[in-house]
Amino acid sequence: MRPMVLGLPRYTPWAGLVLLLVALTGCATGPSASPRDPLEPFNRGVYQFNDAVDVAIIKPVATAYQDVLPAPVRRGVRNFFANLQDAWSGVNNALQFKVEPAANSFVRFGVNTFIGLGGILDVASEMRIERHTKDFGHTLGYWGVAPGPYLVLPLLGPSTLRDTVALPVDAQGNMVSGIEHIPTRNSVTLLRLVDTRASLLGASAMLESVALDKYTFTRDAYLQRRRSSIYDGNPPDDGEVEKSPVKQDFSQARERTRAWVQTLKKSGTADDEKAKP
Amino acid sequence: MKRRSFSHLFAALVVSAVGVLAMPAHATEETADAFIKRLSTEVLNSIKADKSIQSGDVSKIVALVDTLVMPNVDFKRMTASAVGPKWRQATPEQQQRLQEEFKILLVRTYAGALSQVNSVTFNVKPMRSGPDDKEVVVRTEIQGRGDPIQLDYRLEKTPGVGSGWKVYNLNVLGVWLVDTYRSQFAQEINAKGIDGLIATLAERNKANAQKG
Repeated sequence: MRPMVLGLPRYTPWAGLVLLLVALTGCATGPSASPRDPLEPFNRGVYQFNDAVDVAIIKPVATAYQDVLPAPVRRGVRNFFANLQDAWSGVNNALQFKVEPAANSFVRFGVNTFIGLGGILDVASEMRIERHTKDFGHTLGYWGVAPGPYLVLPLLGPSTLRDTVALPVDAQGNMVSGIEHIPTRNSVTLLRLVDTRASLLGASAMLESVALDKYTFTRDAYLQRRRSSIYDGNPPDDGEVEKSPVKQDFSQARERTRAWVQTLKKSGTADDEKAKP
Repeated sequence: MKRRSFSHLFAALVVSAVGVLAMPAHATEETADAFIKRLSTEVLNSIKADKSIQSGDVSKIVALVDTLVMPNVDFKRMTASAVGPKWRQATPEQQQRLQEEFKILLVRTYAGALSQVNSVTFNVKPMRSGPDDKEVVVRTEIQGRGDPIQLDYRLEKTPGVGSGWKVYNLNVLGVWLVDTYRSQFAQEINAKGIDGLIATLAERNKANAQKG
């Protein structure tokens, strides 16, 4: 008999990991602890493990991939995966009620799938249709779910508790997991990993030379970047009152409407005065 | 109403154009976004004009940064902010060394990106700030191949000094530069003191120079 946990057998490894991490939260504090990184000792361990695997296997494979395959082929691979992401971004933009970005994402997916040979050519970018990449962690963050502690995941790298919880949903959303033929699915997943790592070769070389401590640099840059993109590049400043992105959007919209109504009123009275003899 | 707002826009355009043209005479009247636009154009043009900079010649890049960029940057404030509260305990000599080493580290960071400037254009986004604001954020976007790159600046008003504005923080893709170094610097200072941080920076710069 197959054990059923919460009726979601596919999610059990994730649920287990999350529970483990929540349990660890209580007991670990680092020497110069950052409040956003209470699990620092644990995270540093995973970071070192990832780094070792990267040096031994992933980076050499990605480097070979970059050296052997001609640039147009690699660009085709990158476009193909980006196109799948566009469809999922469309869903997440829609879940955040962002109408134009959602429409753009779906149009991009349609154009690239049907005109761009299944996503290998990025015709939509040539047509200047903007890309708005969003995943399910963004969506949770947009509706006010706090990121929680910083986490370094085995092989997957920097994340937060919220984004880790969102991962299984993202995995369902990207169409690769829908491939029934398992060897094909595994090869496609592997190709995606190698492609991602190859695209980061330049960035990781830069990290080597500019970071005093690669772990801290990666963490601080990742958390800032993630926060900024959840706020669509417009996060509140340190001094300001922290609002969730949806509340910020709402109050900005309200202010804009108020200003608009006021200009309408003003121009109305001005025109009235002019109309007087 | 429509016509009026259009004429407002036109007036604003004329004023900003006059502001840029009359720059040397009325330097302090330049707006922050016009200042960023002028500075970026100057830097971009001098990079485009010099092949050795595009190929990553660091000494040339440092010279360019010193002549064009540094006079418009409050680098002391940037370094102080990255170092944090311990900055006040540093001697003037230590502060000087910190600024010097930090600058070289940062120039390295961006030297690699300069080879790609030939194909880029940038645009300054509309600014939301009052005329009396002492500190403002100017948002720009670099459009090259691929997705646009967000590049924002924090500026402080420096009436009567230089162009009237100085940059004190820089944001690439949502990441503020100074903030990214704050924890790393604090880590070093907690472990080895200010001289330890200076030594680590100097060592890193030396290692980077050997890598070429």
